[in-house]
Amino acid sequence: MILAKTGNEALAFAMKQINPDVVAAYPITPSTEIVQIFSSYVADGLVDTEFVAVESEHSAMSACIAAAASGARAMTATSSQGLALMHEMLFIASGLRLPIVLCVVNRSLSSPLNIHCDHTDSLASRDSGWIQIFCEDAQEAYDSLICAVKIAESIFLPVMVTIDGFIISHCLQKIDVLSDEEVRSFVGEYKPNYNLLDVDNPITLGPACLPDSFFEHKRAQAEGMYQALAVIEKVFKEYEKRFARQLSILEEYQTADAEVGILCMGSTAGTAKVAVDNLRKKGHKVGLFKLRIFRPIAVKYLQRALKNIKILGILERMEGLSAFGGPLFNEVRSVLYDETKRPIVISYVYGLGGREITPEEIEEVFLELISLKNKRRKKIEKFRYINVR
Amino acid sequence: MADKENKKECAIVSWQELQCGALVKDLKRIKENKTGAWRSMRPVFYKEKCINCYRCWMFCPDSAIKIENDKVVGIDYDYCKGCGICAQECPKKVQAIVMVKEEK
Repeated sequence: MILAKTGNEALAFAMKQINPDVVAAYPITPSTEIVQIFSSYVADGLVDTEFVAVESEHSAMSACIAAAASGARAMTATSSQGLALMHEMLFIASGLRLPIVLCVVNRSLSSPLNIHCDHTDSLASRDSGWIQIFCEDAQEAYDSLICAVKIAESIFLPVMVTIDGFIISHCLQKIDVLSDEEVRSFVGEYKPNYNLLDVDNPITLGPACLPDSFFEHKRAQAEGMYQALAVIEKVFKEYEKRFARQLSILEEYQTADAEVGILCMGSTAGTAKVAVDNLRKKGHKVGLFKLRIFRPIAVKYLQRALKNIKILGILERMEGLSAFGGPLFNEVRSVLYDETKRPIVISYVYGLGGREITPEEIEEVFLELISLKNKRRKKIEKFRYINVR
Repeated sequence: MADKENKKECAIVSWQELQCGALVKDLKRIKENKTGAWRSMRPVFYKEKCINCYRCWMFCPDSAIKIENDKVVGIDYDYCKGCGICAQECPKKVQAIVMVKEEK
């Protein structure tokens, strides 16, 4: 069924069809609408969800953790400062291996204050043990959220699904939705690992683990992330098989014969596809790589895809403040380190605080990369910025 | 000696053998861990004043109020951390639980 939905509406609609047991949430721009719309589904009796209006995002994640540990399927949504306030609880959710699903509508972090899109919020949560799925548009977000529930509950890791604030969250788009029955049969029933409310089988959850045992717990948790990519692959394939919709881990656009590439995440991929088309018409062999899964790192996918690229520009919607580029640049570059044939990799920071990016600007980046591709890699300035005065 | 045994038990558990999600299903060791030692204030229970309203039992976060034959009989000092909630919740007219400074 085709519906007109904004990104936020699409995520709220997917949540309705998933029908989670508990949603605990606190509003923050630009994600507010997701839980606002969802709360009206609750009020209208369209879902069986217990909706908990909490006093902060820290409490929202805490309530989701308690619900998930008690055997409930728990979801929430947030942005920016809200995700930052959840930070402490993100680690607890993943450490307890609770498959909570979180919609993140990407927005910059203060200071200075800004409500618009960049990826600083979710990228700053990169080491919290959550799977991160970035989406280009509302359709991808809708499909990814449904898959996220299944991924989370298959590997017992929490998953965040992100869309770009305002650009996707507030723009109306045609999306093709599944029926409630199709979604519910796909996600199935949540079968928890343990249940805190089972008084006949008492457990201690999140005990104090001293130097003699903490390390083993972290190693076990890391194993979950090592195995996660195979699980994501399996769930995406099953989704494609059942509903004929392709979801990729690393989408490639016009890369078969490309020498010059750009890699990015989120809505900018759509803009970059226009730039690729324009340059292809002029005979330039350029291509786009859209990375969908940021956690875990899709090592094999990146190595395979970037094998024949001579020079790669990484469009990063975050200033890493490391004096050596942001996390996307550093991690993708690190993945290529062991390869004998590896591209020159250049960081392009763009779009901070919602600064618009146009196909023309991306075309300029491609042309700049073409002009640099035969230079000695050591001599090239690696840290570049798009459209900053 | 107990400490040595404890260390041995942990040393043989590899990460592959752990329960997924930092949980403990075998509560034997948890029970052996007497957390009451952290206490700085101690609740003292006066049985003759108690009216068995169970408010202390309901509010105690550590299940440290002992009940026998439907009567409150005292406090489990092995686990009581001395938070004082029981004394606070004991009705003002009754005052069957009073907090005193813990002395070692």
